[in-house]
Amino acid sequence: MNGESFLFTAFALATCLGAIAVVFSQTVVRMAFWLVISLGSTAALFFLANADFVGAAQLLIYVGGTLVLLVFGVMLTASGPYLKIATSPGEIVMGSFVGLLFLLVVFASLSIGAGEDNKIHWPNSSVSAAASGSSVIAAGDTLRPLGLSFLGSRPDHDMASDGDALTPGYLLPFEIVSVHLLVVLIGAAYLARAKRRPVEPGSVP
Amino acid sequence: MTADSFLESYLFVGAVLFVCGVVCMATKRNGIGVLMGVELVLNGANVNFVAFSKYTDLGLDGQVISLFVIVLAAAEAAVALAIVLNFYNNHLTIDVDRANKLKG
Repeated sequence: MNGESFLFTAFALATCLGAIAVVFSQTVVRMAFWLVISLGSTAALFFLANADFVGAAQLLIYVGGTLVLLVFGVMLTASGPYLKIATSPGEIVMGSFVGLLFLLVVFASLSIGAGEDNKIHWPNSSVSAAASGSSVIAAGDTLRPLGLSFLGSRPDHDMASDGDALTPGYLLPFEIVSVHLLVVLIGAAYLARAKRRPVEPGSVP
Repeated sequence: MTADSFLESYLFVGAVLFVCGVVCMATKRNGIGVLMGVELVLNGANVNFVAFSKYTDLGLDGQVISLFVIVLAAAEAAVALAIVLNFYNNHLTIDVDRANKLKG
């Protein structure tokens, strides 16, 4: 077993076991911890798949931003020590049974295909590697091509041979997402502003 | 291992993440637990995109879509957390089973 498959197996196990531990944890802080493990291992899987920038963004934004936000939410909504909002054991059994069934369905849909040997034939990257220069993925050096694609130019596509295809850049989604983030920032700050609690009769305001 | 079996291993990891996220969303009583399920689902989709970006001719597009998913997931987590905070301010609990005021 070479190094890459060993690393892949280790991080895939960490991801899957962390996700299963999130489902079965009973306190929300433990769930946050296992989610950190799972998402960090997912970032490692991204690095193994030559997606360096996506892996770094996953660590920065997801683990370092969104999960910290969730832990802050846990802190702000803490409802007393040792109060556990736990699922009943019957629901745990039912939930895991349904989850296993769902996983079997998803996995069966991966294995049964329409080809003559009844397997799915994924389009191979070696077919178009020579044509479109997707060696940029193979090297993992994706920062500059990604940045250029957000500006509208695709260094990995041969635009002369695309004919009258539309520009394959991602400038419009980039702008839309920027405005979206601004709106979300303002909206979330407004939603979560400090409000005056309604004063109960008989108490000092 | 051939490249094909690595692709299917990535897809299996994505499937496990997705299913765990859905079960989390369905069974957790804590509102923030439900949000963690949503994060797991989005990560499962991201793993799929990145795997297809490497092993098929999807190329750079898969990674661009993954980046957009990460950004939109962060935005959605912020708004969802603001909603949970509001709910807590009004009801002093985040038990989603207590959110039954709209029951007919």
